[in-house]
Amino acid sequence: MTLADFLRGELGLTGTHLGCEHGVCGACTVLIDGASARSCLTLAVQAAGHEVTTIEGLGTPENPHPLMRAFSEMHGLQCGFCTPGFIVSAFEYLREHPQPNREEMRRDLSGNICRCTGYVKIFASIERAAELMSS
Amino acid sequence: MKPAPFEYHAPTEVAEAVRLLASYGDEGRALAGGQSLVPLLNLRLARPKAIIDLNRIESLAYHRLEGDVLVVGALCRQRDLERDPAVLARCAAIADALPLIGHLGIRNRGTVVGSLAHADPAAEWPLLAMLFDAELVAEGSGGRRSIRAADFFKGAFSTALDPGEILVEARFQLPPEGAGTAFVEVARRHGDFALGAAGAVVAGDDVRLALGGFDSVPLRVAPDPEAAPSAVNPVDDIHAPAAYRRRLAGALARRALELAKERAR
Ligand SMILES: Cc1cc2nc3c(=O)[nH]c(=O)nc-3n(C[C@H](O)[C@H](O)[C@H](O)COP(=O)(O)OP(=O)(O)OC[C@H]3O[C@@H](n4cnc5c(N)ncnc54)[C@H](O)[C@@H]3O)c2cc1C
Ligand code: FES
Ligand code: FES
Repeated sequence: MTLADFLRGELGLTGTHLGCEHGVCGACTVLIDGASARSCLTLAVQAAGHEVTTIEGLGTPENPHPLMRAFSEMHGLQCGFCTPGFIVSAFEYLREHPQPNREEMRRDLSGNICRCTGYVKIFASIERAAELMSS
Repeated sequence: MKPAPFEYHAPTEVAEAVRLLASYGDEGRALAGGQSLVPLLNLRLARPKAIIDLNRIESLAYHRLEGDVLVVGALCRQRDLERDPAVLARCAAIADALPLIGHLGIRNRGTVVGSLAHADPAAEWPLLAMLFDAELVAEGSGGRRSIRAADFFKGAFSTALDPGEILVEARFQLPPEGAGTAFVEVARRHGDFALGAAGAVVAGDDVRLALGGFDSVPLRVAPDPEAAPSAVNPVDDIHAPAAYRRRLAGALARRALELAKERAR
């Protein structure tokens, strides 16, 4: 069983989305020991003894992470299918680059696909989150 | 889109992994980063009876520079090299190639040695292995042996590894300090497998060129951009016609050689 199916089916953590199930779309991105990974390409058993962070672990509706606030403020989502994967990947990106720049963002987030937004508002949201996090 | 059932083993020692793999013969598969194998399992293009997961073998998680040799253990993630300034500073071609491989989350998990074992004709590491005359160290029930990159890649997704053998280490023979090296490629979108790629070394009289993505295996060819289009045998497919790919081989050869020359001191 993949980690994605375990998170969603066994633990009921359905914030992690499944788009392609073969590594292409990034919707299923989680952090394993702090590093982004596709949960559709990781077996659940491989996570034993490691720390897995899902979108649920970054914030809640009552207490949203600055990235979640920024995506909502800046319209960084339309249908929202890609959003959990983007936020988890952006979390890793901002941890390593507290001052985002668009070139780097394009490169480091190239593994997440969005069919709705055209990406511009996603990048604007990440920039906004960086502002929120630094203030 | 779910894997067919398989038996799963997670040995902690190489010898145990080799014994397990050998016991399944053709029906066992090693699992490293899973970034190529798990898609095949999910799509049921691969249906091994058993998966031997190498991820718990801590002794394989290393890389180091030994003089001019970059030694990479089987559990070294592509991202581990990307994060090591000493490696990036020592070899520009590797620094060029790393960010072109898939995406960050893929490189966090995917291993260098797994990419060599997978032997995708368009992958970056097999081309770098040809460029740097890598020695690939395999371990099987009969012990260890070392295979030259030129003898390792047999065809698309096909290598000289025998069933039951594990690739434990890759040794890239980097050119001396001061040599210029470069890696360039063309892909439709960032992170896609390349339509074609070229790697070059300029170290005094030692000028080398390797081309990948054009044939079933990466090739070392004469370091001459004019000759490159006729040195490759590309096919037509949905991504590009063969005639385009031939021209691409010449253009990439020129770019790689020029960049390597600029960088040579
Ligand atoms: C969306 C996406 C884009 C990608 N883009 C690129 C790209 O542009 N360029 C590129 O090069 N790669 C790309 N990859 C593949 C990625 O780099 C893989 O990580 C790599 O090819 C395989 O390494 P792995 O450790 O994940 O191997 P695995 O997937 O675990 O294994 C791959 C194969 O090698 C065998 N194997 C692995 N390790 C060993 C070993 N030590 N001994 C014997 N056999 C072994 C396995 O049995 C399996 O057959 C991409 C992957 C995805 C999902
Ligand atoms: S569902 Fe995992 S990458 Fe698409
Ligand atoms: S918001 Fe719909 S896929 Fe990104």
